[in-house]
Amino acid sequence: MEKVTADALAIDPEQVAKEIEESLRGTVSRELHRRGGVVGVSGGIDSSVTVGLSARAFGPRRTLALLMPEADSDPDTLNISRQVAEAFGVETVVEDITPILEATGCYERREEAVRSVVPQYGIGWKFKIVLPSVVEGEGYRLFSLVAQAPDGETIEVRLPAEQYRTIVAATNFKQRTRKMLEYFHADRLNFAVIGTPNRLEYDQGFFVKLGDGAADAKPIAHLYKSQVYQLARHIGVPDAVLERPPTTDTYSLPQTQEEFYFSLPYEGMDLCLYAHNQGLPPEAVADAVSLTPEQVQRVYDDIDQKRRTTRYLHLAPQLVEDIFDH
Amino acid sequence: MGIAAGGENPPRNRATLCENLWMEQNQADSQAVERDLRDFLAANYFLGDDPSQLGASSSLIEAGLIDSTGVLELVGYLEEQFDIRITNEELLPENLDSIQNIVGFVERKRQAGQAA
Repeated sequence: MEKVTADALAIDPEQVAKEIEESLRGTVSRELHRRGGVVGVSGGIDSSVTVGLSARAFGPRRTLALLMPEADSDPDTLNISRQVAEAFGVETVVEDITPILEATGCYERREEAVRSVVPQYGIGWKFKIVLPSVVEGEGYRLFSLVAQAPDGETIEVRLPAEQYRTIVAATNFKQRTRKMLEYFHADRLNFAVIGTPNRLEYDQGFFVKLGDGAADAKPIAHLYKSQVYQLARHIGVPDAVLERPPTTDTYSLPQTQEEFYFSLPYEGMDLCLYAHNQGLPPEAVADAVSLTPEQVQRVYDDIDQKRRTTRYLHLAPQLVEDIFDH
Repeated sequence: MGIAAGGENPPRNRATLCENLWMEQNQADSQAVERDLRDFLAANYFLGDDPSQLGASSSLIEAGLIDSTGVLELVGYLEEQFDIRITNEELLPENLDSIQNIVGFVERKRQAGQAA
C-alpha cells in the first residue's frame, strides 16, 4: 500500500509562484478588466503570501495592502501586516473597522448572547468558541464557550444553538465589513479583490459567505496550507509571519484554527485531506500524522461532513431558470 | 375483568397485571416522546413533503437532516422538553442518530432520573 509522507506535498515554489502570477495577470486583465489587486492583509500566512503574489503579478504599485484591525485584533497584527507590505514594497491603507462594527451592533449583539449563558460576563472579560477534537472520541462534538474573567479564571459552558448562531452571525460582521472596504478600494482604483483562502479553508468551508469568501480571484485556493508555507519562504514573507501560529484573530481570547474548526493542526489536516482526496485508506496516512487508522477515519468522516454542510457557502444565488447561455 | 376487581386475583396474576400496566404506560410514554420528537423535527428541519415518511431507524445525520449545529439544537430541545441533562459522554450516534435511538435514550434517562 502506498504510504503518504509529508514529501507528498512538496512543491517547486518558483514554478508554482510563476503559474499563479501568470494566472492572476490573465484573469484580472482579460476576464475582469481590472489593472491591479487589493488584498486584505491580516498578518497571517495566507494573506501575506497572497499580497506577495499580487505584487509579483501586477507590480508593487498596482497592489494595495488593506489593513483592517478592530477591537479584538491581536495587538501585533498591525505591525506584522506592515512588515509584510514593506517586504513586498506595496502601499498600505489602514482602516480601523471598530466604529463600523460598533454601529452594526457586532460587539453588543455578541456580548448579549454571551451574557445569556455566562451572566457575569462584563467589562474586562474575554471569550472564544471551542470544539472538542474529532480524534478523541466517536461522539458528536458540540460547541462550547470559554469565558475568561479579568482575574484569569475561566468558565466553559456548552453553547445552546440559538446563542451559538447569534455569536457567529454577529462575528461575521467583521469579515463582511472588511470585504465591503476591500471593494471600496478596488472600485476606487479599478483593481480586483484578491481573496486569500488556502485549500483547507476553501474545501472545508472555513469562510464567511460574502465575507472572506467573496473575491474576484482566489490564487492560493488550490494549495494545501503546508504548500502555502513553502511558497511564503520562497517569496520572502517575513519570519514574524512564518513563526506565528495560525489563529482566527476573531474572538477576544486567542483561538487556534483547530480549536474552532479543523480537527488537527494544519500539517496533519493537510495530509489527511490529501490522502482522502487520493482515495487512500486511513492506514496509508495514519503513521505520517501519528494517529490510529480509526482516528484518521474519523477525520475523513469529518471532512466529508463539512463538505456536505458547507456546500451552500459555495453556491451562487439559485435561479429558477438559466438567464445566460453557458 | 376491571382493574378494581384485581384484589380477588391470586398474587401471581396481580403481579402480571402490574407489569402489563407498567409496560402499557411505558409504551404510551414512548409513543408520546416519538410524537413530540417528530413534531420538533418537522418544525425545525426540512423533512420533505411527508415528514411521517422518516423511518424510525433512519440516520438523521446521514439523511443530511442534522449537522453539527443541528445536533446542538436537538440536544437543547431534548434537555428542555424532557427535563433531562445530557452529558458530553452521551453525545453518541447510538443515543441520538435516529428517532428510535433518541426515544430509547430519553426513556432510559427518564427512568434513571426517577430511580435516582
